[in-house]
Amino acid sequence: MRLFVSEGAPGTLPVLAAAGRAQGRAQLLISTVGPEECVVPFLTRPKIPVLQLDSGNYLFSTNAICRYFFLLSGSEQDDLTNQWLEWEATELQPALSAALYYLVVQGKKGEDVLGPIRRALTHIDHSLSRRSCPFLAGETESVADIVLWGALYPLLQDPAYLPEELGALHSWFQTLSSQEPCQRAAETVLKKQGILALRPYLQKQLQPSFLEGRAVSNEPEEEELATLSEEEIAMAVTAWEKGLGSLPPLRPKQKPVLPVAGERNVLITSALPYVNNVPHLGNIIGCVLSADVFARYSRLRQWNTLYLCGTDEYGTATETKAMEEGLTPQEICDKYHVIHADIYRWFNISFDIFGRTTTSQQTEITQDIFQRLWNRGFVLQDTVEQLRCERCARFLADRFVEGVCPFCGYEEARGDQCDKCGKLINAVELKKPQCKVCRSCPVVRSSRHLFLDLPKLEDRLEEWLGKTVPGSDWTPNARFIIRSWLRDGLKPRCITRDLKWGTPVPLEGFEDKVFYVWFDATFGYISITANYTDQWEKWWKNPEQVNLYQFMAKDNVPFHGLVFPCSALGAEDNYTLVSHLIATEYLNYEDGKFSKSRGVGVFGDMAKDTGIPADIWRFYLLYIRPEGQDSAFSWTDMLLKNNSELLNNLGNFINRAGMFVSKFFGGYVPEMVLTSDDQRLLAHVSLELQHYHQLLEKVRIRDALRSILTISRYGNQYIQVNEPWKRIKGSEADRQRAGTVTGLAVNIAALLSTMLQPYMPTVSSMIAAQLQLPSPACSILPTDFLCTLPAGHQIGTVSPLFQKLENDQIENLRQRFGGGQAKVSPKPAVVEIAGPQQIQVLMDEVTKQGNIVRELKAQKADKNQVAAEVAKLLDLKKQLALAEGKPLETPKGKKKK
Amino acid sequence: MAAAAELTLLEKSLGLSKGNKYSAQGERQIPVLQTNSGPCLTGLATIAAHLVKEANKEFLLGSTAEEKAIVQQWLEYRVTQVDGNSNKEDIRILLKDLNSYLEDKVYLTGYNFTLADIVLYYGLHRFIVDLTVQEKEKYLNVSRWFCHIQHYPGIRQHLSSVVFIKNRLYTNSH
Repeated sequence: MRLFVSEGAPGTLPVLAAAGRAQGRAQLLISTVGPEECVVPFLTRPKIPVLQLDSGNYLFSTNAICRYFFLLSGSEQDDLTNQWLEWEATELQPALSAALYYLVVQGKKGEDVLGPIRRALTHIDHSLSRRSCPFLAGETESVADIVLWGALYPLLQDPAYLPEELGALHSWFQTLSSQEPCQRAAETVLKKQGILALRPYLQKQLQPSFLEGRAVSNEPEEEELATLSEEEIAMAVTAWEKGLGSLPPLRPKQKPVLPVAGERNVLITSALPYVNNVPHLGNIIGCVLSADVFARYSRLRQWNTLYLCGTDEYGTATETKAMEEGLTPQEICDKYHVIHADIYRWFNISFDIFGRTTTSQQTEITQDIFQRLWNRGFVLQDTVEQLRCERCARFLADRFVEGVCPFCGYEEARGDQCDKCGKLINAVELKKPQCKVCRSCPVVRSSRHLFLDLPKLEDRLEEWLGKTVPGSDWTPNARFIIRSWLRDGLKPRCITRDLKWGTPVPLEGFEDKVFYVWFDATFGYISITANYTDQWEKWWKNPEQVNLYQFMAKDNVPFHGLVFPCSALGAEDNYTLVSHLIATEYLNYEDGKFSKSRGVGVFGDMAKDTGIPADIWRFYLLYIRPEGQDSAFSWTDMLLKNNSELLNNLGNFINRAGMFVSKFFGGYVPEMVLTSDDQRLLAHVSLELQHYHQLLEKVRIRDALRSILTISRYGNQYIQVNEPWKRIKGSEADRQRAGTVTGLAVNIAALLSTMLQPYMPTVSSMIAAQLQLPSPACSILPTDFLCTLPAGHQIGTVSPLFQKLENDQIENLRQRFGGGQAKVSPKPAVVEIAGPQQIQVLMDEVTKQGNIVRELKAQKADKNQVAAEVAKLLDLKKQLALAEGKPLETPKGKKKK
Repeated sequence: MAAAAELTLLEKSLGLSKGNKYSAQGERQIPVLQTNSGPCLTGLATIAAHLVKEANKEFLLGSTAEEKAIVQQWLEYRVTQVDGNSNKEDIRILLKDLNSYLEDKVYLTGYNFTLADIVLYYGLHRFIVDLTVQEKEKYLNVSRWFCHIQHYPGIRQHLSSVVFIKNRLYTNSH
């Protein structure tokens, strides 16, 4: 068969990627033709790409060609795949060709390009996150993924056109872009020129019909409410009416928590923080706080949950720190362990145990695993050249040596890397090496070391990964990192070090050595559990019954996804291995990185000195959790999120609902007579609650937080539309209506209090106390929205939940913690951040102007008049963006070569 | 013909007795089917293929990889090219292309009757009824195919039967 393509024809991209998938099934010849050539004899208008089959038939539809390749490789298309392909052809393509036409042919940028396609992108994102599957048609990749990826790639490869808030779309796109057939197709078509490679083809095309007759509007679409069927509404009403009675009995709290056969047993670990440093906000959100949300959620589901963490105490870094502070390593560990524990206590982290790695259990377990690996021949011996300082009488770890960089001649290069040229250095290659402690010149000595024979374990690892990863909740970045390590092939890794501060090596001839921290740190989880209960093997040697969730930042993935499993598999002792590896990306601070040495950023121990409550920190950090991509902490954004989402949305709603009960009904929940509108609201809340569950089950923590805020928005709208404060003064029917609205609203508030528990535990219990929420409702979160506060229930005293953050307060904090703003190299334009009042005024004006435009459009007013009002609106929006400190032109400035 | 009405016709022609209810979405009135087993299905081609499977008549979706791809290609052609094209010039090109395609074919896939024939027949009906005798003769292959499908048992149902004249009247136009 022969494939006809043309330079820069966008349809070539999915077709080549799909062909790559079916490679070897049939011989494929590729011919390049001009953009206006008519390849298919029966079609009047040119069409590219086209596949001519051996039978002589032509496939002239891009999607049909892709389908054909997939069919050849044996995969049939199901309903969902068909639906996506139909949607692509009928909805996405018209929008996309308009966007590409604006961008490539007309040279427009930014919102002009994104405008026509935004709805379609949002649709994909919502579908992915609603179904919580990594791919469009489920757990595995289908032709729909390839077709949509190929269609969108030219646009989305420029990050400016991949809206940041569409997290699910983002990770889907990254997953596909990293696959080999896709990468090759992208290189062939775009030839590293980016979108401009499409220009020769698109210029020859007719102007897309989308452009004609349809005014392009920058107005954001009203958020679309899902359509509900009668059945869904009826089910929501039935569940609601059952009330508290339908909750399962509360499980008694156990100590120690142990797995129970036949139940869901969830073991949660958070990466062990290095003891010798105070964790910064990025460390906290990356593992400890994320794992805490999941642990709290897991307990709300009544799953058998054990959450553990601890400080990682051995290693060179501790020895260095001890020397700096003039203490022994043990004293350093004791001192910093307490600091860590205090910080996490302040952040309200619900560990079952927060342990440490310097325990006898750690030695015992590490040595046992080592012995088993040694006995089974998975440990090699080899000699390593190392620098030794004769005066200090010890081998020098990389960071104890300094010298002249062999590459660039920089005088203060470190033993592992040169700070000037950034090249990696082998310590023995340094010119004029110096011991960092005594400044004498070390000598090169050879030292025997032990190596973990990873290549020998690779097959077992691959087999285990093949069974574990597909269908699990491993984050895409973790899958990607592991895949790339395996692709490069595993090498033996040194597991011993010439140090004193570590777990001793139980082998003759190695008495003066200890295990390298990365080998034994991951066994810390096991030893910490052993410190918690002597029945630790019920958790750690029980892979059939235990679901292990490990939380970490992405730099820790190789140790948890490769090294630890290899050691455990090689030990052949039935260890529980990670079922779901949850890795975050990095959190930046304002515009740069957190840096202890430069004093930039907020560190765990300082957060409480800011006077901002722990729950607000938790909320904001979870709101910007680097899920799927890096994110940044910003003071201004924190102020805005606190004042808009917490104060105006969530706090306002819960407070109003409670106040109406107190003020109008003497503190007793009134009788509720549900109308069909109320029933519809029940169903919408129920649907959002189910979405929240789906997301959290998949550990999509940041996205699930949005569901809480959405429900609260529904609640606010509901109160606003029904105006109970007016109706309470009206007729008997009006008074009854006011009662129903108040009763339903206060029940939504009660639901929100439980949904908030994983995120803001203190606020959650404040709401529960104010509403006198019955105790089972505080401890169990059902999958349906139930009436937990029936008519006649008496609530407590209602008071505001959140405080406004003021601009001066935040400005002071920014200066105190180094905001980047002042220090960063001069920016092209200094953006003046306006006060929150100004921002509010502008927001109001934007809303007002938006209404004027909408009305004019509805009245089909004169075109010029509409255009003038739209211009005013755009100008206001620009001012608002400036006032909020949002960079206006960033996406436009970036041009890919 | 509204998409929902068309799908009801299709159900009958496939021998499905149940009678699904369809809602319509958006400006273009895209049909939506609420299935018992799962989420809603959206889109004419998608639902049509689903109904065929429900009726256990998978052969209507093609039997080889090639045939399956061709069926889907014409279903897509139907929803992208036939629907929404009311401009005379577009329809002229559409009929001309189809006429040339069908020159050596009995059905859209060649020798087997498939869902593509049914769905394209329903989609083209509104244009074909308005054709003049001369135009019908001009698009001779389309006419032959269309006439054949409308006489296929159970397909046409209440749709009007389009009359084609077997004797050529305009011989000099060819």
